[in-house]
Amino acid sequence: MNIVVAMKQIPDLQQVRIRNRQPVFEDVPYTLGNIDKNALEAGVALKEALDAKLIVVSAGNEELEDTIKEALAAGADEAYLVIDDSLDNIASDTSATLIAAAIKKIDDVGIILFGEGSGDNYSGQVASRVAEILELPEVGYAKEIELNGQSLRVTRSLEESEELVEVELPTVITVVSEINEARIPAVTQILKAGKKPKEVVSPHELEIAIGSVQVTTLSNLAPETDRKQIVVKSVDELVKALTTEGLIGR
Amino acid sequence: MAGILIYSDKTPYALELVTAGQIVAKDLGLPLQAVSINDADQAVELGKRVEVYKIANDDINLADTAAVASALKQTAEQVSANIILLSSNRRGKEVAGRLAQSLQAGCLSDVNSFTINSGKIECSRNALGGATVAVQQIETANQVIAIMPKAFEKAPEGSGSLHELTVEVRPRIKVLEVKPKAGDSVDIEAADILVAVGQGLENQGDLAKVEAIAKALGGEVACSKPIATDKKWLSEERIIGLSGKKCKPSLAIVMGISGQVQFTVGIRDAKTIVAVNNDENADIMRMADYIMVADLEDVLPELIQALS
Ligand SMILES: Cc1cc2nc3c(=O)[nH]c(=O)nc-3n(C[C@H](O)[C@H](O)[C@H](O)COP(=O)(O)OP(=O)(O)OC[C@H]3O[C@@H](n4cnc5c(N)ncnc54)[C@H](O)[C@@H]3O)c2cc1C
Repeated sequence: MNIVVAMKQIPDLQQVRIRNRQPVFEDVPYTLGNIDKNALEAGVALKEALDAKLIVVSAGNEELEDTIKEALAAGADEAYLVIDDSLDNIASDTSATLIAAAIKKIDDVGIILFGEGSGDNYSGQVASRVAEILELPEVGYAKEIELNGQSLRVTRSLEESEELVEVELPTVITVVSEINEARIPAVTQILKAGKKPKEVVSPHELEIAIGSVQVTTLSNLAPETDRKQIVVKSVDELVKALTTEGLIGR
Repeated sequence: MAGILIYSDKTPYALELVTAGQIVAKDLGLPLQAVSINDADQAVELGKRVEVYKIANDDINLADTAAVASALKQTAEQVSANIILLSSNRRGKEVAGRLAQSLQAGCLSDVNSFTINSGKIECSRNALGGATVAVQQIETANQVIAIMPKAFEKAPEGSGSLHELTVEVRPRIKVLEVKPKAGDSVDIEAADILVAVGQGLENQGDLAKVEAIAKALGGEVACSKPIATDKKWLSEERIIGLSGKKCKPSLAIVMGISGQVQFTVGIRDAKTIVAVNNDENADIMRMADYIMVADLEDVLPELIQALS
């Protein structure tokens, strides 16, 4: 069996600075979404239990070949990448179309893993869209995945409850960050991982025409912040200031 | 085919969606309808406010996203709706993508607010992990919009009607067990004062001190995500941020939290922010009204004393 983990290349948000309320992406390196790394880690555990192969699937611009090395170093056996200049900052529906088309090229896929939301947009649409395209069941927000013959038992973490469900393979699963602690590969491992098998295709080769735009962005600005930035030296000074403002001791 | 359809698995959110739907309906001149799935009480509540379609079908389990999305698609077709408003809780978000795909619709989730401009619904949602607010609109005829819980007030009772509707689905998920999460009924969004702690708190035992400070101030204890999900020291109900609660207290005392955007998005609407951190360069310091560079080990007992 093959297990697929779909991961998204995103700008390293810790390094995105805001200038005049605009996000500045210059010189910001790419990375993989944090929760995607939990999905990968879940894939590694399942792969070992099932003696399966773990294939990372992703769509993005030409930096992706480099970015994906981290996933290969952290336990993926192979990568299947859809790469094109135009695949920068792609919309959820396009990502889903490309990822689903890539998965169709892979034989005997039993489990398709995603993070519950990407590190940048966090809109949580792609896994559901892929499940719909591939006509598969889906189990979202998994915090525990247990094998049970030809089916999986998954504990889902919802706001007010936990739900234990059973689903037959093949299935799509999204994970929450609590499911595991994702390993951080060493730099030497990442360099070595470059040698693992990689298949790179273009959207054209997948016979995917990037459709018309479904969503347009009118603006994307940091909210205005106007904070006093007063440095206080002691708890007494702080309590006095807050009392004077009428914020405490009312 | 044009009209608005609302759905949420949770009745309070469904009633909020009625309010949001009424705004869209009025501005775009479209009919507003609602659907409830296997929830007779919800159907009755909605029926006091809008035209509601009630589905009762044992094949649909709410955990089965494909089945719910399919039921909603069939409903949209039967009642001629092209704009579907869902709640952006976990179930709602999961359904949103699937429904959008099946309707060939553009989709926006986690929408905090919207305005209507030249016939388009301009939605605001957090982007880049919360660092920015994006204003986006859907260009396709079919639209799926998932709206954050509590972004709108619940609609008061008015006039409505109740109808039945049948759909057919193929169930594929079996629910074996449902466990409520450890009960913590705290509502940090409603608190006027929040005392929030993060991984700068080194000992779980010190939580008692944090609670004492919150109590002395008449506020609630809140936290960053790792304190609840990794350390499990506090309930997930108390998480501030992108995957937690968006709070607008008059005072937030933020201690031992670095201030990554996924956290600050949940607190940036606070009137006054106090940041206590032993790292003067922590990001949280840049968005604070009062900055205190200090060790929590010292600050906690001093605060308790100063407030008592
Ligand atoms: C998709 C996504 C969603 C997320 N959603 C959320 C969310 O909703 N809420 C959230 O909080 N996080 C969220 N996160 C995680 C977020 O990115 C950060 O990892 C998290 O907020 C960090 O928590 P922290 O500030 O408590 O810990 P750290 O980043 O480890 O910061 C600890 C701080 O404590 C200070 N400190 C250490 N010791 C002391 C001391 N003795 N005295 C005083 N200060 C001290 C340190 O200087 C540091 O600034 C999300 C992440 C992702 C990817």
